[in-house]
Amino acid sequence: MTEITIKTSETTEKTEKTTGITLVEAITQALAYELAHDPDVIVLGEDVGVNGGVFRATQGLQARFGEERVRDTPLAENMIAGVCVGLGAMGMKPVAEIQFMGFMYSCVDQIISHASRLRNRTRGRLSCPMVIRAPYGAGIHSPEHHSESTEAIFAHIPGLRVVIPSTPLRAYGLLLASIRDPDPVIFLEPTRMYRLGKQIVPDNGEALPIDVCFISREGNDVTLVSWGAMMHETLKAAEILAESGIEAEVIDVATIKPLDMETILKSVEKTGRCVIVHEATKTCGVGAEIAAQIAEKGLTSLLAPIQRVAAFDVIVPLYRLEDYYLPSVERIVQSVLAVMEYK
Amino acid sequence: MTSQISHTQKSIIQFEIGYTQFLDPMGKIVQNLPEFTRDSEHLKILYRFLVRTRVFDTKAIALQRTGKLGTYPSTLGQEAIGVGIGSAMQSNDVLCPYYREYGAQFWRGVKMSEILLYWGGDERGSDFSDPRVKEDFPLCVPIGSQTLHAVGVATALKLRKQARVTVTTVGDGGTSRGDFYEAVNLAGAWQLPIVFVINNNQWAISLPRAKQTHAETLAQKGIAGGIFSEQVDGNDIIAVRYAVEEAIKRARSGLGPSVIEALSYRMSDHTTADDARRYRDAAEIEKYKALDPIKRFYQYLVDQNIWDKTKEEALQESVTKEVADAVYEYEHTSPLEPTAMFDFLYAKLPDALHREREEAAQLQRITTRD
Ligand SMILES: [Mg+2]
Repeated sequence: MTEITIKTSETTEKTEKTTGITLVEAITQALAYELAHDPDVIVLGEDVGVNGGVFRATQGLQARFGEERVRDTPLAENMIAGVCVGLGAMGMKPVAEIQFMGFMYSCVDQIISHASRLRNRTRGRLSCPMVIRAPYGAGIHSPEHHSESTEAIFAHIPGLRVVIPSTPLRAYGLLLASIRDPDPVIFLEPTRMYRLGKQIVPDNGEALPIDVCFISREGNDVTLVSWGAMMHETLKAAEILAESGIEAEVIDVATIKPLDMETILKSVEKTGRCVIVHEATKTCGVGAEIAAQIAEKGLTSLLAPIQRVAAFDVIVPLYRLEDYYLPSVERIVQSVLAVMEYK
Repeated sequence: MTSQISHTQKSIIQFEIGYTQFLDPMGKIVQNLPEFTRDSEHLKILYRFLVRTRVFDTKAIALQRTGKLGTYPSTLGQEAIGVGIGSAMQSNDVLCPYYREYGAQFWRGVKMSEILLYWGGDERGSDFSDPRVKEDFPLCVPIGSQTLHAVGVATALKLRKQARVTVTTVGDGGTSRGDFYEAVNLAGAWQLPIVFVINNNQWAISLPRAKQTHAETLAQKGIAGGIFSEQVDGNDIIAVRYAVEEAIKRARSGLGPSVIEALSYRMSDHTTADDARRYRDAAEIEKYKALDPIKRFYQYLVDQNIWDKTKEEALQESVTKEVADAVYEYEHTSPLEPTAMFDFLYAKLPDALHREREEAAQLQRITTRD
């Protein structure tokens, strides 16, 4: 079908030689900035203090801001979420870390039953300006329960925001925006991107807009929609496609709840073709919502059926099979070629 | 040859749970009364709030039975716990209640019409209008989860070095939940200014206290968190008021959290949607009628010459009028626009929702319901 040679292995990826910082360092930089500039901000979670977090995202923060504002909590994720509701209602801005997304499920009651609805149920009298950060996704050979990409669970919930950065620059700007946002934000950090590549991220305290997509690459032939770690594969696929003259527009959704469909629809109107790429399993993934909205609002601009490249509908395997589970550059390229050849 | 093994080589820790009561079920004094009981005017106010809560409760059930209110959980028989809590708190303390603590909420400034509005299906019922309760949490339905909010509130108070205290209440059923254990654990670990009051009404819908836990008391669950824990007679307003006030004083002066298990009894069904006859012997209710908190306090006040029949009649009349006014206010609250569903979802409605809100605005108004 295709004569394009595909280099999929991550080991061939050359890390940019810059004096920049990694995504996880950008997270630390944003937390430090906000702790320094807003006395209401506190950081809490398991091992976030002297240990600096399991991924070192809070490294050095306790030494700089003290044990009161950078707090180690006992080991109970639901408790962390519930305490954030109380802190938020009192006007604090808690930024909690859950060590892995796979450990967030015990927080779901507090997030869904309380954090997401406190503003609504009190008609704005009380609110929850809180952020729950969690590393998420597969691809780093983690143990069981450490590779989940179940963002759709939270994207389903009214009253929440779900924000997912894909680069150090976006991690810094979007985390600042999330902390400053007056409503609860689930902030999911792609573990696979934590130390993959660096960018120069000025520590200027400038937030990026949330609730909007970013166009990471412009093109006229096909729209690729993705977020988080899959942006890496998606952009790589776009480069490969460009070699054979297919110019893909790549959209980083970044805020998957609420969705900025306007940007996506505008792009699809231009290209007439859309492939959605996500690491989460396909059924009821956020890609299904994006595809449905394109079908509802942009059907006439489509020249080919919308395609989704997602994880298979299986439980995240232990790491020996995770590279098969994760959508590959090759699967993205093949899917785009099929869309391009559709008559 | 086996040597003798001592199963308990030495005792590491022992605990005890105290129990406090001042008035027996006949209203007789069983021990020296606390200082606040010398102020007879204050005792009258306590009594007034007990009666207010009961008259309100009776009316709410009547409203539900006549189709004018949604499902309602009654507080019948447990009024002393709520009023005891409310009267022990300072105005700027924060209450995170479960869903039967109307007595505490009324004392603090929540309006009767607001509670009716909430159970009448209107979110505005949790938008308390009295500035004294602007930071109080609305009542909490999912069971036990409010105890964690209270811990968060207490953390904020401690961080900001404010001499304020959080009080949270939880049912006996709620103490089986992880949220409660987690809250008690963190309150102990962080020595937070918080008081947990367990409203033990002996039933978690159909599950009796004996089947909820093998622990002898619910109070001792606080011991595991290293917290001062005790039991009080929850049908003795003086005992509840005293214990909560002492616990609040300790919390305010930095001496850490407390757990108070207030023993009472759910004289009503779980809610108006429940029929306790399916699982509870009617004779049991008869037994507990003798322990009624209001009857008991009435008797005490009469014995002290603080109260009499004439005063009682006047009180009943004034409280009935007050409740009727609240019902009038409830029934004459302006209807909600369908767009109200959108208006407090976020601080600012995201662009993605404008179209849906517009659609809701165009919906044909439903004026009657079959
Ligand atoms: Mg109960």
